[in-house]
Amino acid sequence: MPIYDWFKAREGRNYTTTSASAPGELPDGVWVKCPSCKHTLYKGDLDRVGDVCPHCGHHFDIDAPRRIALLVDEGTFEETEAGLTSVDPLRFNAAKPYTESLAKAREASGLPEGIITGRALICGHPVVLGVMDFRFIAGSMGSALGEKVARAFRLAGHERRAVVILTRSGGARMQEGMLSLMQMAKTAAEAERLARARLPYISVLANPTMGGVTASFATLADVIFAEPGALIGFAGQRVIEQTIRQSLPKNFRSAEYFEECGMVDAVVPRSELRERIGVVLDYLAGSSVADATESVARGIAAEGGDR
Amino acid sequence: MARFVMEFERPLVELEEKLAELKRLDIAATPDLADEIAGLETEIEKLRETLYSALSPWEKVQVSRHPGRPKTQDYVETLFEDVVELHGDRSFGDDEAIMTALATLDGRRCMVIGHRKGKNTKENIKRNFGSPHPEGFRKARRAMKLAEKFGLPIVTLIDTQGAFPGLEAEQRGQAWAIAENLATLAALRTPIVVVGIGEGGSGGALAIGFGDHLIMLENAYYSVITPEACASIIFKDATRAPEAAPCLAMTADDLLRLGIADEIVPEPRGGAHREPATVFASVARVVSEALRQLTEMPLDELVEERYRRLGAIGVYNEQ
Repeated sequence: MPIYDWFKAREGRNYTTTSASAPGELPDGVWVKCPSCKHTLYKGDLDRVGDVCPHCGHHFDIDAPRRIALLVDEGTFEETEAGLTSVDPLRFNAAKPYTESLAKAREASGLPEGIITGRALICGHPVVLGVMDFRFIAGSMGSALGEKVARAFRLAGHERRAVVILTRSGGARMQEGMLSLMQMAKTAAEAERLARARLPYISVLANPTMGGVTASFATLADVIFAEPGALIGFAGQRVIEQTIRQSLPKNFRSAEYFEECGMVDAVVPRSELRERIGVVLDYLAGSSVADATESVARGIAAEGGDR
Repeated sequence: MARFVMEFERPLVELEEKLAELKRLDIAATPDLADEIAGLETEIEKLRETLYSALSPWEKVQVSRHPGRPKTQDYVETLFEDVVELHGDRSFGDDEAIMTALATLDGRRCMVIGHRKGKNTKENIKRNFGSPHPEGFRKARRAMKLAEKFGLPIVTLIDTQGAFPGLEAEQRGQAWAIAENLATLAALRTPIVVVGIGEGGSGGALAIGFGDHLIMLENAYYSVITPEACASIIFKDATRAPEAAPCLAMTADDLLRLGIADEIVPEPRGGAHREPATVFASVARVVSEALRQLTEMPLDELVEERYRRLGAIGVYNEQ
């Protein structure tokens, strides 16, 4: 963090003993114990550094609104498609009704859906940003989430913006059956259209990114970053263990593991993420080749859908 | 070889066995027997009718998994001529869980891509029960690009429980390989006809499983998750799959209703394994017709229409 930002952040440091803005999944209170190194941390300090343990670098879970605040140039975020929400098209009712899960998710997260999308500036670059929230039915992708992702790509296409998406998801939302599975194809199709329009797409795989989200738009980015310690993969941990009848090595499918496998470009600490995205966009968003957009979308309509 | 009996068929099979037993008796010695046989035959016919006329989603899953059900290899051998199989992903290896081949249907040259289950244990081990690794999806993608390059329409045959959930599959980027295929299929400049012939398990099915026209066999399923995996998540008990199956909207009828499938190919009573020849003929006819229509479309229009159809899938609220 540049020293100027640090001073600025310090000004806003909150010394009251009550939790003013209850950040994410941290327990309320003044002191917090790091689950990784067991150090007791002052929460005011933790807030200031993006909820990363200063001793061991453990990245605490944080919610989508807070992530957006950490990622964008201050005051530049303008939400889109906030009114697009899930319904219960299959009247899914096994163990508990889907409508109940939705109501609970809305209450727990205070969000209408598992992703927030909008226009923003990141280090001065105009982007369409999408940030997923794991508290919303494990960040699962149903029709509404898929549609919001698809529209984010299309908006970026229309306004010639880059796309940045931070993913946290258990995968496709089974309560919407095949409609959910098809969102994988829909979002991948829009990522491909953006690629053909030669607009940059950066994804950040945060903890966890699994199943149908990893196997669709999340991994189709031009540059893939991952947050330290994030669990990333396709199949569930238990399913693999049951299939191959052995327990999995420690750190299997962590962000660091996939960096080693060559599947992600870099593991980037939360504190550096905004600037790293900014630097990549400096390279990718400022195309110096005159006809870079000439062969755009041969065969796919240059315009987005009709919505 | 003992006949494979699906769970729900058991009452019928018991009656059939009883009938066979009666028929072995000496009819001349017991005059009443003829009546009893006739009665039993009527009963069996009635039971067949009720049993097979309205299969539940879970029963359809069992039919779709029947070991005698025609597989990708059977379709390729029966429907197509001049088959040239293509091997390997040019990067890691040749995954036999996916078959790719140049093949001719009704005089029309195409590329066939299908999940390939085995007919027996030995074949299934080689083909990993039709569950691909990343190299299988990459082999399929290679075939897609090849088809596009030389203007060959694509026919894909879907029959998998899903992408293989294994350590090495994850290591080599299972999710990445599937995602790449989805992006490729979406924008591919050649017609794609998809046929659900058996199991359509999640992302592993989808990776070769959408295009311009989706045909489902009557008892094939296509699902976001297998009923067993769904049951083990929501009930913490995989044996409750029969309860999970109806919730997932995974049958051919469901897909048609949701606007995902375009047509259904009826199967002989009891399932495709009863009369494979009838099924081959029907599939050949509908695939041929779909190809005929799609190849008449200008490519720009074809891809635009594919995007439009994909974009329209989903149900949500908008304020």
